[in-house]
Amino acid sequence: MSADTLIIEQVNRVFQTPAGKVTALKGIDLRVRKGEFITLIGPSGCGKSTLLKIVAGLDTSYEGSVLLNDKPISGPSIEKGFIFQEPRLFPWLTVEKNIAGNLSLKHKDVRKKVEEYIALVRLEGFEKAYPRELSGGMAQRVAIARALLRNPDVLLLDEPFGALDAFTRSHMQEVLLDIWQNNRTTMLFVTHDLDEAVFLGERVVIMNPRPGHIRSIQPIDLPFPRKRTSSSFQELRTKVLREFEKVEEPEFDTGAGI
Amino acid sequence: MKNQQTAIRRTAEQGWLSFIPWSLHAWLVPVAIAALWQMAGGLGWISQALLPTPLMIAKQFVHLGVSGELWGHFEVSILRAFSGFILGSLTGLALGMSTGLGSMAERTLDPSIQMLRTVPLLSLIPLFILWFGIGEFSKILMISLGAFFPVYVNTFLGIRSVDAKLYEVSRIFQYSKLQLLTRLILPSALPNILLGIRLSLGVSWLVLVVAEMMGTSAGIGYMIQDARAYSQTDIVFVGIIIFAMIGKLSDSSVRLLETRLLSWRETYKG
Repeated sequence: MSADTLIIEQVNRVFQTPAGKVTALKGIDLRVRKGEFITLIGPSGCGKSTLLKIVAGLDTSYEGSVLLNDKPISGPSIEKGFIFQEPRLFPWLTVEKNIAGNLSLKHKDVRKKVEEYIALVRLEGFEKAYPRELSGGMAQRVAIARALLRNPDVLLLDEPFGALDAFTRSHMQEVLLDIWQNNRTTMLFVTHDLDEAVFLGERVVIMNPRPGHIRSIQPIDLPFPRKRTSSSFQELRTKVLREFEKVEEPEFDTGAGI
Repeated sequence: MKNQQTAIRRTAEQGWLSFIPWSLHAWLVPVAIAALWQMAGGLGWISQALLPTPLMIAKQFVHLGVSGELWGHFEVSILRAFSGFILGSLTGLALGMSTGLGSMAERTLDPSIQMLRTVPLLSLIPLFILWFGIGEFSKILMISLGAFFPVYVNTFLGIRSVDAKLYEVSRIFQYSKLQLLTRLILPSALPNILLGIRLSLGVSWLVLVVAEMMGTSAGIGYMIQDARAYSQTDIVFVGIIIFAMIGKLSDSSVRLLETRLLSWRETYKG
């Protein structure tokens, strides 16, 4: 077994639309180490969500190879936790039942684990609350607990904090980093927020649209917890932004500096 | 400022209502009508043969109840309506689930059922009498046919309106087929299924009355028909009141079930 949990090699994804073929992903190569935190950033339409769905097994009509722990991905499974932009909780279930899902709370170890993860996402006291009684941030924490309870090999997050306000978002980023540092779950985090990508990722994957491909990969060698105001953070942020701006501009425009 | 004004006006409007206990509000209109009615009858404005006073109807009610005649009819009617309802709604649930869950069943079965649904039920009565006579079987079958469609249509609709996003979640968590049904599809479809059951109960009563008015010797419908023949208007009213009471009672019990089972819903409460 190699050191890389997730190996994506030469992945192409072509959509058939009435207007013709649209190449959403072209020649994607990415290797993710076990326990690594990867953030994927790019403008809309660059295929980052499509890539995530392929890794999740929700989209299987791709070319190339995607290996998770040396096994090809054939469909969705609990080894690949997925956090959507919306919490997607079952509205008729309480918080604890949502986290338990298809596992029975009557089992002692399930109950114990559910309690453990409720504590981890700091939702004690809300075990019996229904989703409608939760704020957006709380609901998303329930979704994170639900995914983590299955002990996934990789957690895929598709702009999970995109719908939250700025304060809740930065709080949730810290919650997620906390969890990651405790559990060392491999994270693949899609975002369109530059700060978020640099704040969370050990490596930032910058993607380019039409057709979606990886423009460059920027390592962020900053220790956690990171300070957004520090000069080294700003420096790396600018570095990624430069790449990002190259993405937005046509190729021949070389004057895209700051 | 404007808000304040509306608030004041509203309390003034509801002022006199607040002297009456909340649970009695629904009775205000019926009691007022009954009082007016009693007065009109007592003063001789309306012929007693056409519209007996509420007191006379109440007396007849007690009389029929004490003699036991009422309960005999009551029992027969309840049994018919209930067995027809159970038969029809269970078939509706089963078929609605099969067409809802499988596109094969939807393509082959649903068009025929939809076609049948457009036929006015009461136009089938002569056919039912020709085929099955006027016995119990024929009546129960008619009631169940009436009870079938609301449950069928709403079960199908409920299953097809399951959130595709939640379905994706259940796929990621590897729900088994059975778990998918019991933990996602049925809870999602439950509001629609219960609505179907409520509508189906209403139709059951409607068809029961029609069925009991065409040749039978027992049941509340027969009692009404028989009383009409002898111009006993008060007995006709007793029958109508019984139907109203049972109808309301069965409807309320399903609604109670709704509030219990669907308390998770976030809806406009008026």
